[in-house]
Amino acid sequence: MMNEITHLPEDIILKVEDLDVRFYTYAGVVHAVSNVSFYVREGETIALVGETGCGKSVTTRAITKLIESPGRIEGGKVLFRRRNGKIVDLLKISDEELREIRGNEIAYVFQDPTSALDPLYTIGYHIHETIIAHKSKISKKETFKQAVNLLKHVLIPSPEVRVKNYPHEMSGGMRQRSVIAIGLSNMPRLLIADEPTTNLDVTVQAQILDLLKKIQEEYKMGLILITHNLGIVAEVADRVYVMYAGKMVEEGPLEQIFYNPQHPYTKLLLRAVPDPTKKIEKLESIPGVVPSLISPPAGCRFQPRCLYAMDICGRQEPPLVEVESEHRAACWLLEKRGGSK
Amino acid sequence: MEFVYKTLKSIIWAYAKLREKLSPGWILKNSSRIREWELMVYAYSKSPIGVIGGLIVLIVFILAVIGPLIAWEPYWEYKILYDENLRYHPPCLPPSCSGYPLFGTDEWGRDIVAMSLYGFRISFVISIVVVFLGAPLGIILGLISGYKGGVVDEIIMRVTDIFLAFPGLVLAIAFASVLPQRIRGVLETNSALRAFFSGLFGLRQEEYGQLAALLSIWFAMVIVWWPGYARIVRGSVLSVREMPFIEAAKLSGLSTWSILFKHILPNVLSPVLVMMTFDIATATLFAASLSFLGLGPQEPVPELGFVISKAGGYFPERSTHVVLYLGIILLIIALGWNLLGDALRDILDPKTRRAIEYRLEKEKKK
Repeated sequence: MMNEITHLPEDIILKVEDLDVRFYTYAGVVHAVSNVSFYVREGETIALVGETGCGKSVTTRAITKLIESPGRIEGGKVLFRRRNGKIVDLLKISDEELREIRGNEIAYVFQDPTSALDPLYTIGYHIHETIIAHKSKISKKETFKQAVNLLKHVLIPSPEVRVKNYPHEMSGGMRQRSVIAIGLSNMPRLLIADEPTTNLDVTVQAQILDLLKKIQEEYKMGLILITHNLGIVAEVADRVYVMYAGKMVEEGPLEQIFYNPQHPYTKLLLRAVPDPTKKIEKLESIPGVVPSLISPPAGCRFQPRCLYAMDICGRQEPPLVEVESEHRAACWLLEKRGGSK
Repeated sequence: MEFVYKTLKSIIWAYAKLREKLSPGWILKNSSRIREWELMVYAYSKSPIGVIGGLIVLIVFILAVIGPLIAWEPYWEYKILYDENLRYHPPCLPPSCSGYPLFGTDEWGRDIVAMSLYGFRISFVISIVVVFLGAPLGIILGLISGYKGGVVDEIIMRVTDIFLAFPGLVLAIAFASVLPQRIRGVLETNSALRAFFSGLFGLRQEEYGQLAALLSIWFAMVIVWWPGYARIVRGSVLSVREMPFIEAAKLSGLSTWSILFKHILPNVLSPVLVMMTFDIATATLFAASLSFLGLGPQEPVPELGFVISKAGGYFPERSTHVVLYLGIILLIIALGWNLLGDALRDILDPKTRRAIEYRLEKEKKK
């Protein structure tokens, strides 16, 4: 069965194909993530951008199959290149193998560091626990030594003291850094940061982002950054994926997304970012609301809010059209243009 | 109060130093834990109710341990065979009366103070063991049920419902009336078990029939004891398992068991600990009421509930002193555990603990 798995291009460590996640609730089936595909290269930062509730977090949870009932992963492939070079489909391997990968080769950094830490244990213990879960032959002394190193690495002052601190004894920024340190404890190949700076103030945000970038370059990790803050994206990402209502609407290298957005949603999203150099009367917004994912609109999901909606948009789903190399968007406008060429 | 604080603090430090000796660096590494313990002890020593409860529990514990050894009258000797006057002899206070026990005697002329010393051991062992077997059973079932959810949860909780649907006493009566014969058979053939349990309860080995009755009460109570814990723990688990740190633990690749026992259990434990102390009081009374109903051991075992029920036949003309004395003893045991539980509830909850600390600091400044 393992032989079925197609090979991955050399530099790609994670490739998600047609991921489909649904939640079976009392109100109906929520199509949280539909046919989402993306990939991450070694040492590359990709950003998943989108409004709240568009399925960014669910997508990353689904990568390591951490979708709780009533959610279900209905289809797709998650190909991952393990440390030993073996390529596995994370949705098909055994729970035991998956557990080996979680926290070891794929690690997460959480949005809310206050609740992501167990209040009953010290930071050192959290790191110790994460290491010990994957390496049984290591003493507590050694893991604590590593913990001190990690904390030093994420720029926590006096790590020898902090390693013995409980979460409530630290400030928000320090907790976030500790959470990053925990994520790094096994030197993962892929780090998934789920809005790592949402709860922090701007100065700390910048520090954390610098830190993530620095660490990523140092360890050659892949980094998936989930955010709705386009400023952050511009700061750190190499490539950007824009999600809307559970679907990828546009993907491409950072510059192209920012300077040459193709999908109307991306355009509107970028327009909504206030320009600090100009005086603004009113903040831009995108008219309309995010559609219910229980009965998503037929055709293009953005069509009810789209300024350029056409007949076909309400009937048929737009295909992903390649605009430039690696830059693709799902919109009928582009299809027409492509067709007329 | 100062004395209580100093004693408990020295116990903590003795423990810390022992750990330090076993693994150097322990004190440094656990300094915040030790500080928290000291604070707990401090908050405890400042609560008069808690100290009184703790003192009662300590005395009951000591009496239970040494009681059967220091009891000056063997419970299996019926004194009325030598002196008919001894049956329900009223308390004998020195100036007007001498030669008879100070607090009076029971039906068979035995000194009720000596008998109550045997009773302490029996009720203490039963209540402690019932709670310490019943609670873990309930806790484990509650943990699994709350964490796994789905069908497993459904099955465990419906079984719990079934147990809760029967009044506990009735269920225990049913078990206590069926079990003794079987246990008696086991004890008859297995002398090691017989020796162990008779030592545990402070009874003679010949009394294995009564031991069987005691064990069946014991067993019956464990069976009806766990559902409450399963319910409480499941409820707390349901809220704790949604915490992001549990998801974080899952995502760092921890196994289900280590998530359950390292992250969920410690976070739901303090209400359970408090419930356990209260429950020891309830279990003491429960065991006494079972034997009061005649389901426990029979003559000559001086189980508190049983002696009271015997004395009930002569109440109030001849046996008021027995009923009062033993009744007050049961009351004090129950009161002690309840007071202790109350104080524990305050000091185990970090929020109220801080509040206590803060209030005391403020008082100190004034």
